[in-house]
Amino acid sequence: MTKNPSVAGAAIAVTPARRVSSYLYNHAKARLQLLLAAPVLWLALVYIAALLMLLVTAFWTVDEFTGNTKVAWNLDNIVSLFTDSLYSSVTLRTIGIALGVTLVDIALALPIAFFMSKVAGPKLRNILAISVLLPLWASYLVKAYAWRSVLSNKGVLQWLLEPLGLNTPGYSLWGAAITLGYMWLPYVILPIYGGLEKVPGNMLEASSDLGAKTFTTVRRVIFPMILPSIIAGSIFAFSLTLGDYITINIVGGPNQMLGNLIYTNVGTANNLPMAAALALIPIAIMFAYLGSVRRTGALNNL
Amino acid sequence: MKLSKAKGLVVAVAVSLALAGCSSGSGNNGGTMLDKLGANEKTLTLLGWPGYAEDGSTDKTVDWVTPFEKETGCQVTFKPYGTSDEALSLFKTGQYDAIAASGDATLRLVAGGYVQPLNTALIPSYANVYSFLKNRAWNTVDKKSYGVPHGYGANLLMYNTDVVKPAPTSWSVVFDGASAYKGKVTAYDSPIYIADAALYLMKHKPELGITNPYSLDKDQLAEAVDLLKAQRANVGEYWSDYLKSIQSFETGNTVVGTTWQVIKNSMSTKSHTEAILPTEGATGWSDSWMISSSTKHVNCAYKWLDYIDSPKANAAATEYFGEAPVTQDACQYASDKAFCDTYHAGDEAYAAQIWYWTTPISTCLDGRKDVKCTDYAAWTKAWQDIKG
Repeated sequence: MTKNPSVAGAAIAVTPARRVSSYLYNHAKARLQLLLAAPVLWLALVYIAALLMLLVTAFWTVDEFTGNTKVAWNLDNIVSLFTDSLYSSVTLRTIGIALGVTLVDIALALPIAFFMSKVAGPKLRNILAISVLLPLWASYLVKAYAWRSVLSNKGVLQWLLEPLGLNTPGYSLWGAAITLGYMWLPYVILPIYGGLEKVPGNMLEASSDLGAKTFTTVRRVIFPMILPSIIAGSIFAFSLTLGDYITINIVGGPNQMLGNLIYTNVGTANNLPMAAALALIPIAIMFAYLGSVRRTGALNNL
Repeated sequence: MKLSKAKGLVVAVAVSLALAGCSSGSGNNGGTMLDKLGANEKTLTLLGWPGYAEDGSTDKTVDWVTPFEKETGCQVTFKPYGTSDEALSLFKTGQYDAIAASGDATLRLVAGGYVQPLNTALIPSYANVYSFLKNRAWNTVDKKSYGVPHGYGANLLMYNTDVVKPAPTSWSVVFDGASAYKGKVTAYDSPIYIADAALYLMKHKPELGITNPYSLDKDQLAEAVDLLKAQRANVGEYWSDYLKSIQSFETGNTVVGTTWQVIKNSMSTKSHTEAILPTEGATGWSDSWMISSSTKHVNCAYKWLDYIDSPKANAAATEYFGEAPVTQDACQYASDKAFCDTYHAGDEAYAAQIWYWTTPISTCLDGRKDVKCTDYAAWTKAWQDIKG
C-alpha cells in the first residue's frame, strides 16, 4: 500500500466518506445507533421474529383435507393443553425428570467442583478440568448410543450389578434420567467450579478458626456464596432436560416427553399449530423458573 | 413522519400476504395424463426412501442411477427421507419430479393433487409387473393409475427362539399373551401400527365388524386403542429405526415383536431369532413411484419409472433395501440366488395375506357409506395417547 499524498498536504479533499465520518464524529448518538443496528436487526428479525412466527401458529389450525396450516384464529390448541390428560401427564413426567436430573447433577457436581478448586494442586486441577470437558468433545448421539449399550441387558451395568443381586434399569425413565444426568453434568460442574473459585481460601480458614465445624462452614459460608452458581448450573441441566427428545427415544423405552410430543406433531401428525402450542409449555416453565431465580443473581453467573 | 400511517398499512398488508402465502399452499388439481413422450429434459429430481436411488456415492459397488443417466441423459438428483410424513411435506414444496411413496402417503398425495395420473402404456416395463400389485387402493384412484410399484414387503413377527416358547404362530403373543414377556415386547413406532392391532381384532373379534384394518370407525378405533394400551404395559420399547431394533433383539432387551425381513437378515448369526408371517396375516408396505403434477421434467420422470421397474434396476434396488422385487424377471439379476425366495417375490398367496399400508381417511375404505371412518390425524392423536 502506498501512502495517500493528500493526507500530508494542507488541502484535504472533502470526499463523501469524509463527510460521513465527520458527521459521525460529531453525533455520538447516531454513531451508537448505527453500530447497534446490525446486531439488533439480527436479533429482532432472525431470532425473535422467527420464534414469534412459529409460536403464533399455535392459534391457527390445520386444513383437514390438504394438511396445510391455515390462518383461522382460535384457542382450541391452547384449551386442549389444559383439558387433555395426555398433555398434563407428559408435562408432569417431563418436569419430574428435569428436576431429578438437576438435583442429581448438583449433588455430583458440588464435591467434584470443590475438590477441583480447593483441594487439587494446579496440575491435577488442569487434568480434572480437561476430563470434565472431555465428554463435550464427543457428539451427543454417540454418548446417547454409548449409554444404550451400557444400559442394555448384556451391558456393562448389568455385569457390574449382577453380583450385587441388582439389575440394570434398562431402557426406561430411569435409564433416560441417568443418561441425561451424564450429558449435562459438565454444564453444572463448570459454573459451580467458577463460583467456588471466587470463595477466598482464607474465609474457610477464618471459619474454622472461629470454631465452625466442616458442615457449618459449608452451610453458613460456602453455600450462601455459591448459591447463585448452583442455580446457574441448575438452569442448564433443567432447561436442557426439559427440551430433550432424543435421549428418551434412545434409552427411554416406550416413554415420551414433551419434546417427543412436539416432534411427532411436526413430523408425523403434520400439525404445526399443536406443536407450537405444546412448545409454549416449556417456554412458560422456563420463564417462571428464570423469573423466580432472577433475584438470586444467578443469571450473572451463567 | 407523514408517511408513517401509509407505511404501517403497507407493512400490515405485506405481513398478511406473507401469512396467507404460508398457508394457502400449492397443489393444482391432479394434472392431466401424458399422451406421448417427448425429448428427454436434462435433469430429474427424485424423492424416496433411503437406498431407493443409489448412484454409487454411498457404496461404490451399489449404483443403478449412473447407467440410467448414461442411457437417457437425465441427470438425477436424489433426496432420501425418513418417514412418510416427512416425504409429504418435502414433496409439497414442488421441487421434486417424482417420489417413491408408501401406501400411507400415496392417497394423501393424490387427494392433495400433488401427483399426476400415469399413462402406463408409456412405461413398457410396467407390463411385466406382478398383476397383484397393479390397480390397488394405494396406487389407483377412480380407475386411474397414479404410481408404478417399486417393491413390497410384510411386517413380520420376530421372536427370540431361546425365550419365546412354544414358537408362536399368531400375533396374540404381542397382544393378549404379551404379559408373558413383560418389558420385552416391541412394536413399530408409528400411528400406522394401529392397523396391526385392527388386523388382530379383525380375526379374533369378528363381532366388531372390521373388514379392513385401515378403515375403522370411531368405536373400532377405540377397541384397537384399548388393545394397544394394554400392550403398552408390556412394551420394552417402540422402534422406528431398524438398527435400534436389531440391537435390541441381539442384546435380549427385546424378545418378541414386529419386524421387517431386512432386520431378520441383518441379525448376527449368533442371535437365535426367527421371523414368521403369523396366521392372521400381516400389515406391510408396497411402494410406488409417482410423478409430480407440476413437474417440468415429465419425460425424464417417465423414463425413470420405466427404468426402475426394468429387471436389472429393480433387482438391484430391492435387493439393496431388502424387499421383494415387482417382476419375476428381476429375480435372475439378484446377486443372491435365494433372493426372490427369501422375500417371497411373486408368491401371490403370501402377498394376499399382507394388508399394505394405506392412508386412513374419513371415507371408509371398506365401502361403508352409513358411517364416517377415522382419518390419519385421529390415528396420530390416538397413537400419542397410547404411548401416554
